[in-house]
Amino acid sequence: MSEAIQSAKDSAMLAIKNAADLAGLRVLSADLNKKDSPLNSFKSEMGKLASVEDKRSIGQMLNAAATEIAAALETRSSEFADNEIAARIASESLDLTELLVQRRRGHSHIVTQATQRLEDVFIGLGFQIAEGPEVETDFNNFEALNMPKSHPARSEFDTMFLEYGEPGSVLLRTHTSPVQIRVMKSWKPPIYAIMPGRVFRRDTPDATHMPVFHQIEGLVIDRGITFAHLAGTIESFTKAFFGSEFTSRLRPSFFPFTEPSAEFDIRRADGEWIELGGCGMVHPNVLISGGIDPEEFSGFAFGFGIDRMAKERHKVEDIREMYTNDLRFLRQF
Amino acid sequence: MKILNSWLNDFGEFGNDAEKLSAAMTSLGLAVESVTIVGTPVKGVVVAKVLRTERHPDAEKVHRVYVDAGDGKELHIWCGAFNMKPGDLIPLATLGTTMPDGRVITPRGILGVESHGMLCSGTELGLMADSDGILILPNDLKLGSDLFSALGIKSDCVFDLDVTRNRPDCNGYLGVARDLGAHLGVKVVSPSGDKTKKGPGRSMKVTIADKDRCARYNMTVMSGVVVGESPTWIARRLTNCGMRPINNVVDASNLVMLELNQPTHAFDAEKVNNGFKIRCARPKETLLTLDDQVRQLETTDLLICDGKDTPIGLAGVMGGASTEISKQTTTVALETAWFEASGVAQTATRLGLKSEASMRFERGVDPHGIDHAVSRFASLLRESCPNLVVHGGGADIKEKTLAPKQKIVNLRVSQVTRILGTKLSPKAISAMLAKIGFVTKSTSSTKSATIKVAVPSWRPDCETEIDLIEEIARHYGYENLGKIVPQSTMHGRLSTVQQRRRDIHELVLSMGLSEAMPNPFLAPGDLVKSGLLEDNAIRLANPLVYEESVLRTSLRPGLLKAITFNLSHRASNILLFELGHVYPAGSKDSADGLPDEYESLCLVAVGETSALALDWWSQLSSVMGFGAQLDQTSVESGYHPKRSAMLRRGKQVLGCVGEIDPRVLAHNQINTSVACLELNLSVLLVETPKVVTAKPVSRFPRSDFDLAFSVPNSQTAGAVLKALRQAGGSELVDLELFDVYRGAGLPADCRSVTFRLCLQASDRTLTDAEVTAIRQKCLDAAAKLGAQLRN
Repeated sequence: MSEAIQSAKDSAMLAIKNAADLAGLRVLSADLNKKDSPLNSFKSEMGKLASVEDKRSIGQMLNAAATEIAAALETRSSEFADNEIAARIASESLDLTELLVQRRRGHSHIVTQATQRLEDVFIGLGFQIAEGPEVETDFNNFEALNMPKSHPARSEFDTMFLEYGEPGSVLLRTHTSPVQIRVMKSWKPPIYAIMPGRVFRRDTPDATHMPVFHQIEGLVIDRGITFAHLAGTIESFTKAFFGSEFTSRLRPSFFPFTEPSAEFDIRRADGEWIELGGCGMVHPNVLISGGIDPEEFSGFAFGFGIDRMAKERHKVEDIREMYTNDLRFLRQF
Repeated sequence: MKILNSWLNDFGEFGNDAEKLSAAMTSLGLAVESVTIVGTPVKGVVVAKVLRTERHPDAEKVHRVYVDAGDGKELHIWCGAFNMKPGDLIPLATLGTTMPDGRVITPRGILGVESHGMLCSGTELGLMADSDGILILPNDLKLGSDLFSALGIKSDCVFDLDVTRNRPDCNGYLGVARDLGAHLGVKVVSPSGDKTKKGPGRSMKVTIADKDRCARYNMTVMSGVVVGESPTWIARRLTNCGMRPINNVVDASNLVMLELNQPTHAFDAEKVNNGFKIRCARPKETLLTLDDQVRQLETTDLLICDGKDTPIGLAGVMGGASTEISKQTTTVALETAWFEASGVAQTATRLGLKSEASMRFERGVDPHGIDHAVSRFASLLRESCPNLVVHGGGADIKEKTLAPKQKIVNLRVSQVTRILGTKLSPKAISAMLAKIGFVTKSTSSTKSATIKVAVPSWRPDCETEIDLIEEIARHYGYENLGKIVPQSTMHGRLSTVQQRRRDIHELVLSMGLSEAMPNPFLAPGDLVKSGLLEDNAIRLANPLVYEESVLRTSLRPGLLKAITFNLSHRASNILLFELGHVYPAGSKDSADGLPDEYESLCLVAVGETSALALDWWSQLSSVMGFGAQLDQTSVESGYHPKRSAMLRRGKQVLGCVGEIDPRVLAHNQINTSVACLELNLSVLLVETPKVVTAKPVSRFPRSDFDLAFSVPNSQTAGAVLKALRQAGGSELVDLELFDVYRGAGLPADCRSVTFRLCLQASDRTLTDAEVTAIRQKCLDAAAKLGAQLRN
């Protein structure tokens, strides 16, 4: 009997090995598991065996054969599954270079990029951002900034006035400084603010000037603010924005809204000085315009052009190019 | 203001270290725009004498000049200038000389005759900015000597200073020297005046009618004048400072102005009738000015009139032609005055007559420097007019409006520390101020010390304490005040609005649109071309050009222009956006009197349809946490009336979405559709999205089913969707329009719209009966809108 079992097992194993595919294997598996399959039929014949010993040894032999066949079925089945998935993977081959789409992210204007970089640096220095309208009153743009109606410095601003309200009363702001007045009035000191935005001057466009351009202005008002704090802030900004190899200096100048006033220059690692902007201690008259007591608080302000910064960073030859809205230009950045 | 190094040294021993002087001026706030070297000696140029001149029959534009260069030999030179006569001394560039412009002098001549050198003009030698003809030299020079050493000309340096408005004194050498002297420890002296005894009195009657406009008027008569050329040194100084020498009288006046910042005006005394009267112009009065122009005057113009009340000059701006100095003039009446600044400014600006003199009156001159200016003028004129007589008498009227010689300003020592952050003793402060001529008197030596500062009249800009603090800072040195980073007591961050703006900007970029920045100024008609009204657009009162005279009320015209521009350059994938302000007129009685300016966002895509614009909107609305209803009943003008919708939220209009009106496209030469989304950010940005409270996710099964309706074309899918949502109640957790079909198998004027619904309860499994009931409610609601369930 044992020989018969062995041969039945061998023929089952051979059949498993020769199965052509998963479907064939499934049929084979069903056949082998049938009650009347060659191996299973030995089970019913076991009762006919006389000795307990024989029953035990034949029983063990049958179980071992069944386990072996089941394992073989399992192995063969996973072989087929692996082959099948491998074949599917092979057939799914894809040339990704065909699919590389040209849809790209859009391009942020270089002036916006510069503005955001500047904002981020000042936020890091503990500043908040204030905003104001681009159409302003003569009062906020000039009078409140220590430039009364007849002030000669007004003529230097090349103001664009609007046909709106009383003649000469409404204008396109010539600098971001009117936001200072708005901030002083609506926030209470301490004030650590920057004010970026669009400004307007009646300048004929050329390679370095546009009638519409952008400035950023800073204002700090607190108790005990001194000129040294102004110089320290400029220095700290210079290093944070341009790099630690840069330094800054202040040299005396004149603006009606600050006193003492200064121009600030930055020095590149190669030793060259670059003029950047104007600054100074907020003039007492300006603090008064903003409703702040100059005997209690002091402060400083600074400002410079953003466009020029973007222009120089990207080596744009002609500032007008930045405003043609030519996609060939915009897409470079 | 151009400062010549050698001239500056007349005021003190400043030396010739250009770099040191330039650095000193910079640190004082006298910004040095440029440093130019002038008068560099040219080797090989000698003093020669003209022997005779001769025309050549075949040469019209040149003549032959024979000269002696000191060795008795006759040299022949071809020369294109004719201003010399035999006996004149002239500069000769000998053969082999390299001229300042790089030319090398060779014997090359014309008509086969060689030239033994070249006769030179002042310009060619780098001595003058501008000159006519060959430089005629003083007669006492030695023949054959090196020109530059004979004239004592050394290379010199011109500092071009950008003098700020608050430093009128620095429009004169004296002011610059005073500041520099204080900084470098150099003693400063003003050049000497005329020491000759005054001549007999010659009275000149002067009356001032408008005393506010003229606080001091000095009229000094000088006779024995011979009008001619100035001495070379005066001419050279003027040219090096950018002024053209005219004659000895005008040049002396200009030199005094440059030195002392005091303009003067010389009248031909014999042409002035009966003295002077200073008054404002009367309506319709005119004056023929020095430049032969008839000037229409206004009542704000201050005039110098003669004793007969006839205008002979515009005070501080320009003299009249009738009393001009001429070759025949022998007696001059010199006006040295203080005119009120803004009046001069107004007249000079209106008439376009900005001059060196008017600029100085505008900025401010020292009314107490007048005596020295008159005396200095006389001493300079005496160099070319040895018989000059300065007559006594004349006139010197000082009105009550005249500023005092010194003005007292109180300075609290504590304020100096408070503003500058550096503690300075009263003694140190006084010493610093004394160096620039500010006399100080300390009231106490305690902590609350106040210093009384007497500010001299040449510093009209120093009026208050803060002005003095600036002076102290300048002379102490900005670089010595330290650098301290203040500890901000605020938290640095973006506001909610700013953060939301950045989020929007970021999203729009990621949707593939590039940022444009069109000009906010439009041409009249641009708005109409974009389908917009022009009624609420504001015009510029003084535009640069007519094409940029209207303020935009929408971002669309600018972007349409950008599209047209890019299409003309055959760009593909034109996707642009702008985030910027628009400025429609507001109601006239708005509190601040300003227009209704607001921030707007506009997105455009060429060749795209409303589908893309809606996709933009749904992405933006989800980023902003902000919904809106689409309202197609009426759309913003300029949009396609049938393919666009207003975005509404209650009564608020958030913007418009859709496509540009084909008529607008045609006006802008755009021959394909343009998808457009425009949003009013002033509404969208200020909204703070609510913080969402978490709800537990339902653990009960969901029931999904589709409903396909045939919907009349007159009914919007949105309305059906809304009806379904309402009918579905709280168990309808998801509702989506997922298919629209037009075509066969549908009633006329209908399309099929399919919705996918998902029902689910949070606390139980919905029964079949419940699902059926809700489904039926939905069907009933849709039927009310004419939407019939399709089989």
